[in-house]
Amino acid sequence: MTNAAAPAAAPIVFENVRLGFEQTEVLRGINFSVTPRETAVLLGETGSGKTLILKLAAGLLRPDSGRVRVLGRDLGEMSERELLDFRRQIGFVFQEGALFDSLTVEENVAFRLREERVDESEIAVRVVEALEFVEMADAIAKLPGELSGGMRRRVSIARALVSRPSIVLYDSPTAGLDPVTSQRIITLILRLRDLQGVTALLATHRLQDAFALANFRFDPASQRVLREHEDGASGGPKTRFLVLRDGQVYFEGNDRQIRDSGDPYLAKFLE
Amino acid sequence: MATTTPHETPPEVAPASRPLTTVVNDTIKNTLLSVQDYTELAWQSIVNLVSPPFYFRDLLDQVDVIGVGSLPIIILTGFFIGAIMVLETAAQFQRFGTTALTGNAVSLALIRELGPTITALMVAGRSASGIASELGSMVVTEQVDAMRAMGTDPGRKLVTPRMVACVAVLPLLTGVADFVGLIGGFLVAHVTLGLSAAEFWHHAIDAPGTNDLIHGLSKPLVFGFIIATVGCYKGLKVRGGTEGVGRATTSAVVIASVSILASGFFLDKLLMYLFPV
Repeated sequence: MTNAAAPAAAPIVFENVRLGFEQTEVLRGINFSVTPRETAVLLGETGSGKTLILKLAAGLLRPDSGRVRVLGRDLGEMSERELLDFRRQIGFVFQEGALFDSLTVEENVAFRLREERVDESEIAVRVVEALEFVEMADAIAKLPGELSGGMRRRVSIARALVSRPSIVLYDSPTAGLDPVTSQRIITLILRLRDLQGVTALLATHRLQDAFALANFRFDPASQRVLREHEDGASGGPKTRFLVLRDGQVYFEGNDRQIRDSGDPYLAKFLE
Repeated sequence: MATTTPHETPPEVAPASRPLTTVVNDTIKNTLLSVQDYTELAWQSIVNLVSPPFYFRDLLDQVDVIGVGSLPIIILTGFFIGAIMVLETAAQFQRFGTTALTGNAVSLALIRELGPTITALMVAGRSASGIASELGSMVVTEQVDAMRAMGTDPGRKLVTPRMVACVAVLPLLTGVADFVGLIGGFLVAHVTLGLSAAEFWHHAIDAPGTNDLIHGLSKPLVFGFIIATVGCYKGLKVRGGTEGVGRATTSAVVIASVSILASGFFLDKLLMYLFPV
């Protein structure tokens, strides 16, 4: 069911990646690639290795075997120092936001820019721009402890996009949120995909999020979220589903293919 | 299996029943791996000093938290240690009619041994636990991973400033503890033995030589290094959520305290050889 052939220009490529801890091998030969401007949605049960795949793609973990290529670089061949520089091209949205709790929202979002010694006047502009994108500009002086779970995720997205990365990795961005807040987060991801053209890898166990990403798009002209083909236009196939099972990619395809597959495991998953 | 650094937190694996030999084997291996990881972290905290980026603001913050924050507890313990010393020894000095030597005894004991050791133990209790719990909380809430994901080396940002701050402030705190201890000793000597200020301070200041001061102020450098690196190591190796943070905090204090006492013994031997008194 999987397609191991990786296009040469794919920003994210996993080739037979294996990873385990102690006596347990979690990933047993993962193969997939993500094409430019595409959102690949990693679906799987809890403990299936979704977060591990994201951490491998960011170079936060190294595979036991196999290759992880991101933006044309083999992460396994890079030193930790090279990886630190390299990661500045990638945005990572952690499950609970992972905001620095002793820093304000402004300091959190500006963290990477200050590390890169960007001019303070430019930092001020870019931080406000990123916070306005996630509709959190009013919270600029607040501490993460003063924010709700959904607000922390939005600040986390602002922090990930402030350096204008070409790849964004989302780790269960809607986990534990109410439906309205989840919808808001998905809209942000759609906007980031359709306005800025980022390539994304998104881990989730919420199938409705994956279908929302597949069936909707953000229209820059009307500044609205539209159903695909609603106005006769479409951005093309932008969302692909990757279902993990037993440490491997069990299914790879679009929303229609997963619905029509007739596979008993996927059917159970879709329920 | 995965190549992990001290900053990585692989998922918990449910323990299965294993033969005793395997358990012993694994324990030895894990201990050796821990020593290796700790040595790597400690060495890297020094290596980070020779190349940018440097985090001066974080360093100043840590000097404030570890140094200024520890002052009250150091003043209190220093005062009472000096006072207790005189209280305990006063009877012996009176018995041999050598009460004038009280200042010598308190001064030498404080400067050479008690000052550095008690100060280090107090800072270990306060700061090694604080560092371990702070960094441990950052690990379990993925803040350390977030830092790495944004291209920042947690070793440079978190470990090195704490190490430098501890190494810098511990000799100063020891100096404060020594001085306040002498004041405590003098007050008790004045009240219980009737010693005059001139008698006490003349002997207290005259007794320690240069080598005594070298002994007393060089040990805190090593103790400071141990407190910071053990605290950072235990914090960054946290596994198992908030419960793990609690365990790391406790073991950071235990390991740092035992290491301070053990290294104190060997340092004394070395310093006695290098700077005989």
